[in-house]
Amino acid sequence: MMRFLKFIVKRFLHSILVLFGLSILIFVIARVIPGDPARMALGPRAPESVVQKFREDLHLDKPLYAQYYYWLAGALRGDLGMSLFTKRQVADDVKEFFPATFELMLFTGLVMSVFGILLGIVSARHSNRWPDNTVRVFSYLGVCTPAFVFAILFLLLFGYVFQILPTIGRISPAITRPPTRTGLMTLDSLLAGNLAAFWDAIKHLVMPGVALALGPMAQEARITRSSMTDNLQRDFIALERSQAIPERRIMSKYLLRISVIPTVSVLGLDFASQLGWAFLVELIFNWPGISRYGINVMLHKDLNAIVAVIMIIGLMFMVVNIVVDLIVSWLDPRIRLGAERGE
Amino acid sequence: MGIAGNRAVLFDKIKRAWYKFSKNPLSIVGGAIVFVVVFLAVFAPFVAPYPQHAGSFVNFSEASQPPSLRYLCGTDAFGRDILSRIFFGFRLSLIMGVVVISLTAPAGVTLGLVAGYMKGSWVETIIMRITDIFVAVPPLVLALAVCSILQPNIFNAMMAVSLMWWPWYCRMVFGIASSIRNEFYVQAAEITGAGKMHIIFKEMLPNCFGPIFTKVSLDMGWVILIGSALSFVGLGAQPPTPDLGTMVADGGKYMPDQWWIAVFPAFAIMLVVFGFNILGDGIRDMLEVEDV
Amino acid sequence: MSEVLLDVSDLRVGFDVYGGTLKVLNGLNFYLEEGEKVGLVGETGCGKTTTAKTILRILPQPPARIAGGTILFQNKNILGMNSREIRAVHAHGISMIFQDPTASLNPVFTIGDQLMAAIKYSSLEDGLSRREIRGRALQSLRDVALPDPERILNNYPIQLSGGMRQRICIAMALATNSQLMIADEPTTSLDVTIQDQVLRLLGRLVLEKDTSTILITHSLGIVREWTQRVYVMYAGNMMETAPTEVLFRKPLHPYTQGLMKAVPKLTGEGIAKGIGGRIPNYLDPPPGCRFHPRCAHRMPICSQQRPPYFEAGQMHQVACFLYKEHS
Repeated sequence: MMRFLKFIVKRFLHSILVLFGLSILIFVIARVIPGDPARMALGPRAPESVVQKFREDLHLDKPLYAQYYYWLAGALRGDLGMSLFTKRQVADDVKEFFPATFELMLFTGLVMSVFGILLGIVSARHSNRWPDNTVRVFSYLGVCTPAFVFAILFLLLFGYVFQILPTIGRISPAITRPPTRTGLMTLDSLLAGNLAAFWDAIKHLVMPGVALALGPMAQEARITRSSMTDNLQRDFIALERSQAIPERRIMSKYLLRISVIPTVSVLGLDFASQLGWAFLVELIFNWPGISRYGINVMLHKDLNAIVAVIMIIGLMFMVVNIVVDLIVSWLDPRIRLGAERGE
Repeated sequence: MGIAGNRAVLFDKIKRAWYKFSKNPLSIVGGAIVFVVVFLAVFAPFVAPYPQHAGSFVNFSEASQPPSLRYLCGTDAFGRDILSRIFFGFRLSLIMGVVVISLTAPAGVTLGLVAGYMKGSWVETIIMRITDIFVAVPPLVLALAVCSILQPNIFNAMMAVSLMWWPWYCRMVFGIASSIRNEFYVQAAEITGAGKMHIIFKEMLPNCFGPIFTKVSLDMGWVILIGSALSFVGLGAQPPTPDLGTMVADGGKYMPDQWWIAVFPAFAIMLVVFGFNILGDGIRDMLEVEDV
Repeated sequence: MSEVLLDVSDLRVGFDVYGGTLKVLNGLNFYLEEGEKVGLVGETGCGKTTTAKTILRILPQPPARIAGGTILFQNKNILGMNSREIRAVHAHGISMIFQDPTASLNPVFTIGDQLMAAIKYSSLEDGLSRREIRGRALQSLRDVALPDPERILNNYPIQLSGGMRQRICIAMALATNSQLMIADEPTTSLDVTIQDQVLRLLGRLVLEKDTSTILITHSLGIVREWTQRVYVMYAGNMMETAPTEVLFRKPLHPYTQGLMKAVPKLTGEGIAKGIGGRIPNYLDPPPGCRFHPRCAHRMPICSQQRPPYFEAGQMHQVACFLYKEHS
């Protein structure tokens, strides 16, 4: 047990170090670009005095390490600088936009893992028959299609042609918004007892969430299927059958747990790649999240905000990875105990 | 065995490789798709029905026409034939893929080999820690960030993608290199006084060829995808360049009425990625079994 | 004369693979009486494990296919049973020990979980309480001489050594009090130093509980020491069967003779000689007697017809045309 805890702590520290490194990298890239960042941000028409003041405010005239120090000191205090795009504190922007992305990614994560695994199970149970073949075709297409293509298709089909799902934002303007307690529109609606708002929020989540989830879902289904069909041939399953353990119990308990391990291991990476695609999907659906904010500040070369957004994404990725590692270790005793035995 | 014998062995190897590759019919489909795309890209000026539409061409009388026999994919708001632009778009995509991979693969592979060979030394630590930093964020995000700092054009987009792509090659090769580092033949080479360069490139590298080649095939699709995503957001190729991603973004403005402006380029992206992915899978099948 | 417990006749099993069908079991015939300890000897790939798994009906079909034959267990054909009857057979009729204990145990569940599940679903009485099941589990672990059974119940397979894992598999097989136990190469995967120990344990327990046993092995030495009667198997057919001592004293089938000669003698007489050739390609097996391509005594009829059992003494049968006149 101790070994396991040490392993987790080590991972955590490693991630923190990596995040530091990332901040330095982004910082350096952001500051060391050709050209004059101040001039680029303010545009060619701004008067020189304004540009000069801007330079001083952002410490752009100081050496690089000094600039980093100022940024770091501020960041640790919670001050991420000013955004040129929104003319507000970046920290405030983050507080406003992050929950939306968090909710979307949570929804995406749930959909892709639950349905991915379910589809994989169905596929394995009906191996080589029509449910399996359908899922396999879907898998191929899903893995190769970028999320934004799905997003556009959904928008077209469900948003405009069939008009059954809303196309913009998190909640319809007509619905009363619930008071913000967690930042998650769905949870807040439930907490406020506002079922209409809850359903509306879910309807808004469906298209962007599913568009993001389909690719990884296909991947998870594939992995789960092959993992299950592999394990079905193993001796321990045969032994369990010979011990008169009911088939249903074998499938739902003994086969399932060992088969989902490879799937869960991949979840972290899959989720990470979707964090990238979220930038486009949020743009397409005008989802007020940190990714859409990120695109906007990137287009406007808003240095402080760009750095903040990258760090947040990096942080999300790190947390997801650690969580996935924890889950896999819990599922698979070989990982957490293997080291102890030294086998 | 002589020259004739060697040729016979080579033929046999090729035949066997083809058999493994073609076992999955989808691999052939992938190969066909890639072949078609490459063909269209290379010969675009000759094959496209309206090659002059690829640039800044304007013909408002034919603007926003739905797909018809004259314009198989319809025209956009400037009256340009979308199908022709898609062909030229393939060009840009393939160029980006080739450029990025030519830059990143050698760099990443070399660094991975060096790090794997010098496992345990500070050289390895530095290389791998830097790699860790780059892979701490999703590739697209980093590319977006870098692109946003630079002037938006296709060249900068390629640089940005290259910058965050090399670590993945480095990682993969490091994994292989560090595990074969202590194999007997490596140590034997060391003992006989072979230089480090020789060991790395003549002994260790050949073992990585298979996975590298597979990754290159798969990567073509992904790089094209990321490139399209950058253009979609506006940080890559700029209009009127017929980049697939830019076309999709452009077309978004005219949704849903003139849906073809966005949908066909989107499908084109999907097709290219699909083709390279399936092809990559087939190559992996072909190479994996051979390794055994 | 005891009751015949298991009677396999003309069992034919194949595997569907890419190039066709692997016709592994080719009309297999053997039987076992109550209380007997029978050995099944054959080289790797002759179909021993397939036979065992077919008897228990745990062979994944596809890719396997049972093409014909009957397996009578207590006079009921296993191959014709419905799932309820099969469950009963699994619960109290037949149990099995697999060759590789590491592969036999589910790595992500505790020993306790797996052992108690086996006991729970195999018990004759319904509604055993959890405490009773746990009690039986602990007792079965003690029966196989495992120290500290409480701790082992909470352990995962990875925390235990190979020998311990196989003892647990033996415990699971015996805890169900089945009438027939099939032990498929129970010590092959173990360290040489503990093989004997584990065999001794198995032998003693089987004797104590008077369980009918089929001991599958490729080792003649093990067969000689632990069985009363032996079947010699090759390429999906039984070649010869006899009481153990009789077989070792007077091996009749050319294959059996070859096997005996292949074992080096500690007395140092002569050099061990292998049998030329390899096991047949099951996709396109040799017609007639499957051993004939490797047989020094082959006759024209050997490639035309499959030899049936010919009597060659008290309970001694040989599937070889050389002995046609004897019977």
